[in-house]
This record gives sequence, structure tokens and C-alpha cells, in this order.
Amino acid sequence: MTSNLPDPANRLQPAGSTPSIWLHRYAVFVAVCTALLVFAGGLVTSTGAGLSVPDWPLSYGMLMPPMVGNVRFEHGHRMVATTVGMLTIVLAVWLQRREPRAQVRRLGWLALGAVVLQGLLGGLTVLLLLPTPVSVAHASLGQTFFCIVVSLALLTSPGWRRATPRSGGASQLRKLALLLTAVVYVQLIAGALMRHSGAGLAIPDFPLAFGRVVPPFESTEVMVHFAHRVLAACVFVAAVATGIHALRHHRGERRLLAPALLLFYLVLIQIVLGGFAIWTQKAVVPTTLHVLNGALILATSLVLTLRSFRLLQPQAHIRQLEPQLREQVVT
Amino acid sequence: MKFAVRVACVAFLTALVGWGCGGGGGDSSDQGGSSAPASSAGGSSSAGASHAASGATATLMGKVNLAGAAPERNPLKMTADPACAQQHEDMPALAQDVIVNDQGMLKNVFVYVKNGLEGHEFDTPEEPVVLDQKGCVYTPHVIGMMVKQDLKILNSDPTLHNIHALPKVSGNKEFNLGMPRQGMEFSKTFENPEVMIRIKCDVHPWMASYVGVLPHPYYAVSGDDGGFRIADLPAGEYTIEAWHERYGTQAQTITVGDSPNVEVSFTFQSTGS
Ligand code: HEM
Ligand code: HEM
Ligand SMILES: [Cu+2]
Repeated sequence: MTSNLPDPANRLQPAGSTPSIWLHRYAVFVAVCTALLVFAGGLVTSTGAGLSVPDWPLSYGMLMPPMVGNVRFEHGHRMVATTVGMLTIVLAVWLQRREPRAQVRRLGWLALGAVVLQGLLGGLTVLLLLPTPVSVAHASLGQTFFCIVVSLALLTSPGWRRATPRSGGASQLRKLALLLTAVVYVQLIAGALMRHSGAGLAIPDFPLAFGRVVPPFESTEVMVHFAHRVLAACVFVAAVATGIHALRHHRGERRLLAPALLLFYLVLIQIVLGGFAIWTQKAVVPTTLHVLNGALILATSLVLTLRSFRLLQPQAHIRQLEPQLREQVVT
Repeated sequence: MKFAVRVACVAFLTALVGWGCGGGGGDSSDQGGSSAPASSAGGSSSAGASHAASGATATLMGKVNLAGAAPERNPLKMTADPACAQQHEDMPALAQDVIVNDQGMLKNVFVYVKNGLEGHEFDTPEEPVVLDQKGCVYTPHVIGMMVKQDLKILNSDPTLHNIHALPKVSGNKEFNLGMPRQGMEFSKTFENPEVMIRIKCDVHPWMASYVGVLPHPYYAVSGDDGGFRIADLPAGEYTIEAWHERYGTQAQTITVGDSPNVEVSFTFQSTGS
């Protein structure tokens, strides 16, 4: 075991110190549960159930209120959130004990901090009667927490540890993927802002806006809504560019090509779901799937970004690696 | 000012023995028909008295009509909460927003004096106004009350409700209370006039009611027959407004003079289904 050796400064981990595969599987499990939690949270907003339980941390003064009407969504969300919170405690402690990389251990604690803060924000939305800034913060931090957990699942994977950085020189994908992730993140916040300021149907038609390409900006709601659509176009362009680039230059690297192509499809689906949110006047299912799929897009582009940084090392960096590692690189 | 009003009231009482200060217009029935919460809510007669020193008071009466085809009242789907559904097993509860009788008369229109009473002060009634949650609907659906008067909220249902008031006027506080048990009650007040404050339940999304809060007691809610009645209105010029949750507001100007009765009617236009 090398787990008690000082952590090497570089991001690469010598083989042989692989912690339990179960830690990785567990991290994946937590990530899946978190995706379900994002869906459950989205359901609360979509059904307008946010204030159906007026108190917090208890629900109607009880741990388990009768699950009737919209209480099913709000208290259900709290139950899933509590479960994910517990799972995150276990994840952080497990990482602390078994994970050799200090950065990854720290990320585990960051996940725990994020989920605790998220729970507090959730309580605050209830006690303050859903003020827009708090709801938007809760929605955005929820997505951020999901990203952290997905990163942990990726970083603990055997594939990540075994990965052999390729001297590509081509760091273009890294830039593209990073840009895409950033644009998607901004888009999620724009979506949350629109959703929680009641601007979801401020433009009632799609793909056109009031029958035009650019709508008349009569109200803040219309502007907020239109910003989400413009950003959607940006996300689409960035996703297409990333996909084409991956097809052209990384056809042989499944670990890069797969997420790049998946992203393209997810973004297409997302735009269709966004359309359905409009056409159905925000029917609960398509609108909530739109929120969930938004989280999946963010997670996928983050995975692509991390992998491109991991796999596509610039030439100079590889030469600096310790000899022991260089051997692996060569194989 | 309030003291002055009271003095005037007492003076008037002595002058007109047998005419009760607190009794007002007498008919205090608030159920169904032409309701007169204005007179039953108390306090109105004292105001009436201060004016009556210089003249008589009149009763404002009228009907609210809905022109055009009334929309169908859809049954409320209460399956999400069995305790609600069970209470309507024989006959489903119907949507509360537009209720029209055979003659096209519109229920639940809030009619009130909008302008013309400026500068007068009125006592806050001791009696609370009651909002009940029964069968997972609010009764009454539309209520009038005075500033600072108690709104007594009851839960008569064997299930939980949250009661969430959404005032918009600053100074009136939004609140959201949980009422998990049958028989629970709460009292709340509103500090400022506001027409109307929406009150809803987030557990049962079909549940909504509206409260009109006024600094005076001259208001009424149209009953099953679309009728309303506002008693003891002193002589003067008034703007009378009628509010309906679906059809908006309408206003008329009236003059109360020597005649003991003043008739006003409102007609809202149906917007189809
Ligand atoms: C701890 C992990 C939690 C996560 C990851 C999480 C995530 C989410 C997400 C993604 C949404 C949907 C936002 C949207 O659709 O725009 C949401 C909504 C909501 N969450 Fe949470 N949540 C958590 C904990 C809590 C807790 C403990 C509460 C406690 C009351 C809570 C209360 C709410 C409420 C009331 C909403 C609806 C907000 C609105 O409609 O404005 N959440 N949550
Ligand atoms: C392609 C990239 C897109 C992404 C990543 C995305 C993401 C999101 C997310 C995450 C939310 C919810 C935020 C939250 O509350 O947590 C949202 C809301 C929304 N999005 Fe998108 N979206 C995209 C494109 C579109 C398009 C093309 C439309 C079509 C008009 C659209 C329509 C909507 C609507 C209407 C809402 C608000 C729903 C509500 O008010 O409840 N989105 N979006
Ligand atoms: Cu209710």
C-alpha cells in the first residue's frame, strides 16, 4: 500500500495503490441517487409543491407526515435528499480512509459540505416562502453537487487510474470541452432563474418567439426567457463543434468520443424537451425531464472535460513525469 | 376620531330609542342569498350614526349577472388525497371559480365601496371572520373583512392543509401555516386594505379563496342568487366596485341621498369556457 506516502504533486497516481473497486462502485451509486434527487427536486418545482410542507426541518411537526396531495412531492424530495446526505457522509469517510490522493479526499469533503449547504438552502426556501434568489441558488447548487459526485465517481474509476496520457499536443478538445461545460453551467443557472421567476411561459411559442425570430422585449420575463433560448443555441453550437472535433481527431479514443457524441444527442433531446415544456404549457413530466436532462448534460460535459485533461497531456508535461510513470505511458 | 364617532353614536342612540347601535340592519344572515356582512360585521352602524346626524342612511342592493354562456363547472379531482375524495363520494365537488344560477346570476362577487369614505374611521369588529377548510374546499370561497379584524382559520377536515396567504400590498404579511389535524384553528389579521388577497393550499392545488380587506365595513359578497346588500350607507357619492376572480373588476358611481334604498347592478361578460 502506498496510501500513506506523501501525495505526488502531479495528478497521476502510480498503479498498485488502487483502492477498493467497491469505493468506485459506491460513488457511482451515489451519483445515480443524486440524479434521482435532481429529478425529485424538479418534480417539487414542476408541481408547485414547494410550500405544501410549511415547516422545516420537521414536516408538519412530524418526521413522517401523511403522504397526501403535494406533500408526496415535497416530503418525498426531503426523504431522498436526506438519504443522499447520509450516502455522502459515508462516501466522504470512505474516501478519507481509503483514497490515496489528497485532492480526491478533499473533493469528498467538499461534496459533504455542498450537500449540507444544499439541505440548509432547501430549508431556507421553505421558511422564506420561496424567494427567487434562494430557489435559484438551491437549483444551481443542486446541479453543482451532482457534478462533484460525478467527478468522484470518475476519479475513483479504475479506468481513470490506469489511463495513459497520450502526447497529443492537441489540447483543442480540452478547450472545447471546458467551454461547453462553462456554457452549460451558465445555461442551467439561466434556466433556474427563468423557472423561479415565473418566466417559463413568458414566450408562449417555440421554435419562434411571438411568431418572430427575436421577440419584442416588453418585459423582464421575456428577456430572461429569451436569454435561455439564445444560450441554448450557444450550447448547441458548442456541442456540435465538440462532437465534430472528437470525430475528426479522437475517433480512436472511445473514452473521449463516446461522451462527445452522447453530449450531442443529449443536447438534441434537451431542445426537444424544452419545446415540449412550451407546447404542453409546462406539463409536469416533460418539464421535469428537461431539468434532469440538463443535469445529465452538465455531468457528461464535465466527464469529457476531465477525461480530455487526463488523456491529452501536452508533450512537455509527459517528459516531466517520474520514470516509473513514463514506462506506463510508453506501453 | 374614534372617540368622536362613539360619542356621536351614543347621542344618536339616545335620540332614537329602540334603534340598536350594534344591531345595525338586523338581517345578519351570511348564508347563501343576499348577504350583508357589512351590517352583520358590526361597526357599520356607528359609522352610519355619525353621518346620520346630518341625514338618513340607505341600503345598497343589487344583483350581479353573467352575460353569455357560463362555463361548465368541472368536477375537482381529489384522488391525490383519499381523505378529500371520500368526503365527496356521492357527488364530486365542483370548481369554485365561476358559479352561476339558472337565471345567469353570478355568485362570489365581492362588491364594496371603493371611494367616498375617505377621512372616516371605523371600529374594528370584535367578531372574527371565519374561513373553514371543509371537504378540501374553502368555505366561504370569497370573504370580506376589515383591517385588523381577526380571520379565524379552521381545519374541519380529517387531513392536513397548509394555508398560504399571498398579499401583494406591503405591510400585509405573506404567511404559510401548517394545519395537520382536524379541529385546529389559527387567527390572523391584515394590517392594510387590499382587494383581494389570494389564499391557497399547496397540498391541494385546487383549493383557493379570496379575502377582501377594507378600512370600512361597506362590502358584501354576492350569494347564490347573485344578490348583494350593503346596509347603512350614509348619504354621499361613492364608487362601488365589483370584483370577480375570473372576470376582473367593474365600477359604478352612485349617489346616496334621501331614498332608503339604492339599486345597483353589475353585468360581467362571460369569456367562454
Ligand atoms: C440535499 C440535497 C438536495 C438536493 C441535491 C436538492 C435538489 C433540488 C433540485 C434539483 C430542485 C429543483 C429545482 C428546480 O427544479 O428548479 C429542488 C427543489 C426544491 N428543494 Fe431541494 N434539494 C436538496 C435538499 C432539499 C431539502 C433538505 C429541502 C428541505 C426543505 C429541499 C427543498 C426544496 C424545495 C422546497 C424545492 C422547490 C423549490 C421551488 O419550487 O422554488 N431540498 N431541490
Ligand atoms: C440546450 C440546452 C438547454 C439546457 C442545458 C437547458 C436547461 C434547463 C434547465 C436545467 C432548466 C431548469 C433549471 C432549474 O430550475 O434547475 C431549464 C428550464 C427551462 N427550459 Fe431549458 N435548457 C435548454 C434549452 C431549452 C430550450 C431550447 C427551450 C425551449 C424553449 C427550453 C425551455 C425551458 C423552459 C420553458 C424552462 C422553465 C420551465 C419552468 O418554468 O418550469 N430550454 N432549462
Ligand atoms: Cu388543503
